[in-house]
Amino acid sequence: MRIALMATCLADAMFPRAAQATVVLLERLGHEVVFPTGQTCCGQMHVNTGYQREALPLVRHHVEVFERALEEGAGAVVAPSGSCVGSVRHQHAGLALDAGDEALAGRATEVAHRTYELSELLVDVLGVVDVGARYARRVTYHPTCHSLRMLHVGDKPLRLLRAVRDIDLVELPAADQCCGFGGTFALKNADTSTAMLADKLAAVATTGAQVVTAGDSSCLMHIGGGLSRAGSGTRTVHLAEILAGEGWEASL
Amino acid sequence: MTRAASSTFLGMPVALPLAGERGTLRGEHPFPEAARAALANGQLRRNLGHATRTIRGKRAAVVAEVPDWEELRDAGAAVKDDVLARLPELLEQFEAAFTARGGHVHWARDADEANRIVTELITAAGSEDDLVRQVVKVKSMATQEIGLNEALAEAGIAAVETDLAELIVQLADDKPSHILVPAIHRNRAEIRRIFLEHMPGVDPALTEEPRVLAMAARAYLRRTFLAARVAISGANFGVAETGTLAVVESEGNGRMCLTLPQTLITVMGIEKLVPTWRDLEVFLQLLPRSSTGERMNPYTSLWTGVVPGDGPQDVHVVLLDNGRTAALADRVGRAALRCIRCSACLNVCPVYERTGGHAYGSVYPGPIGAVLTPQLAGMHGDDDPVDTLPYASSLCGACYEVCPVKIDIPALLVHLRARHVEGERARRRLPTPERMAMATAAWGMRSPGRFAAGERSMRAGRLLARGGRIRHLPPPLSAWTASRDLPAPPQQTFRQWWAGRSGTPS
Repeated sequence: MRIALMATCLADAMFPRAAQATVVLLERLGHEVVFPTGQTCCGQMHVNTGYQREALPLVRHHVEVFERALEEGAGAVVAPSGSCVGSVRHQHAGLALDAGDEALAGRATEVAHRTYELSELLVDVLGVVDVGARYARRVTYHPTCHSLRMLHVGDKPLRLLRAVRDIDLVELPAADQCCGFGGTFALKNADTSTAMLADKLAAVATTGAQVVTAGDSSCLMHIGGGLSRAGSGTRTVHLAEILAGEGWEASL
Repeated sequence: MTRAASSTFLGMPVALPLAGERGTLRGEHPFPEAARAALANGQLRRNLGHATRTIRGKRAAVVAEVPDWEELRDAGAAVKDDVLARLPELLEQFEAAFTARGGHVHWARDADEANRIVTELITAAGSEDDLVRQVVKVKSMATQEIGLNEALAEAGIAAVETDLAELIVQLADDKPSHILVPAIHRNRAEIRRIFLEHMPGVDPALTEEPRVLAMAARAYLRRTFLAARVAISGANFGVAETGTLAVVESEGNGRMCLTLPQTLITVMGIEKLVPTWRDLEVFLQLLPRSSTGERMNPYTSLWTGVVPGDGPQDVHVVLLDNGRTAALADRVGRAALRCIRCSACLNVCPVYERTGGHAYGSVYPGPIGAVLTPQLAGMHGDDDPVDTLPYASSLCGACYEVCPVKIDIPALLVHLRARHVEGERARRRLPTPERMAMATAAWGMRSPGRFAAGERSMRAGRLLARGGRIRHLPPPLSAWTASRDLPAPPQQTFRQWWAGRSGTPS
């Protein structure tokens, strides 16, 4: 299948490895990955902070870019992020409707119908659970809020991880609790966000994991920022990097 | 022919009334500031963490037993949406039915009107040489919302809370911090101390054993019930079809208030209606499991007007707007009026669990408070603490997942954030730094060329990094680096890597 990659602005600018690993993984599974270079940002930060007016042109831009990719033969759009897919699926059309642009709402819905978070694409669309990766580390998985409660990915990421060879997958206590990121919430309510993060870090520490993984670079940036500040030896690694398997960087 | 006769005067469009300032919806401090103080209180964090974890677990267990829980939620949402769509008609139907059974209906635009009506009714219940100086109260959010106790105190009338937790709060001259468990921020040792210091006639040998504490309250309340001539209540539901009011509770103290006194005055928000008696079936399943984690609440009291010779003979209901019509006028925001005050959203909210209810500054705390308070009280902008409430959430979605009437609280929060931003846009000619940053970011993100250029300029951030991580950033990003590091921006962005790989320019 030809798959259009929605890298997400955050991964593009700050965490390219998540997007690169997505490319390597999908190509290894025999698919063609295209990266529509016109893409920028889905507008979620603006929407969630209350700047709907500023977000609307970003939504229109996103729809135009990925609509074209789908017209040019891509069968699906994938993003290594539950949060950004959540925005595409649950915010874009509504935003267009609020602005009175029914045509854009319809087009946004079409794009949203064919946009998937990575674990959804792998399990639901491509029908793979064992992606053939090996990863010999102790890993704990944090289900990000938007993948869990907006997209309802359920145990798909865990099924993918369980199929990875040599992985020592340990359960994260109170895994479904938010890490406290919440976009601009982490700045506007930094103290509350930090209190939530502290509890998440304590839960991670009990697992003895070398690696915390998740499907969202944003939440990992938050958890990783806390781990780094605490001088912890535990690292954060995006789900795509584990599924791409050890040594995936060699194929870059 | 006069001009008035030639055209129908439809009235001037008016601003819909908001909750009066007399009430208890607007706090004194912005949420982040109030939260900071609460977060520093370790005892509070432990009390709340323990209590919310316990209720969360109980709720999850009893909800899992119900095979058609999702269908019940859908039904609850649908019934409430129907009520909101037909509110004027159903209110009049309720009024007619309640009146036909010997009850009296009063309409209150806001807190001040409601308080005045209740005060007058209490005064009328006594005589000139035998004034009613004390009334008993059933736990009620509506009367908390309008600040009734304070208004009655000004009129020389003492209102005694008879719900155990409300009593604890009242004796301590404290504020409720939870919709259902108003003293959730207190532990046993604190409650013992409050009783010893403030409960009239309490046994000085009081221990902190729960049963001993409950018996002390029981003895005190029994004396109060038997002397009361007037009771004040709220209502969980009002049935339009029959004119019936309903209160559900756990302790039976509400039942004492609803049956013993001669006069019963109920204050009910206009959105509390259900169309028919049968609709109670849905809510009497949803509410106890969502709120206390019980299969069924121990006491369900239903009354329809007056039954001669049995129970209160002078029965009133005050139908309260206090900002509800304004909320109803918001196409998205009105979903908050489905709320049945179960407080499941509070118990699962990671923000509420850590800050407690007082940080919200409103009698409605937690996620539902953050979407209800701004609509009832209005967001006045500038430094209005109410404007900070829609931002008091990480949008994790746990609230929506448990809401028995499926209020999409995260979506409502986002909607109210937009209303705040639009309000600020209209109020301020000069944009705030945040608005400028957002506008600049959006401008940059509208074009792939500008976006890529912006990414390249971020590489300068590498200069701030030591050992691959950034530990200090200037404001407003210092709020991030106060407690977390940020990785150094990468050598190469994804699109640069892609361009090099595919040989096309980025």
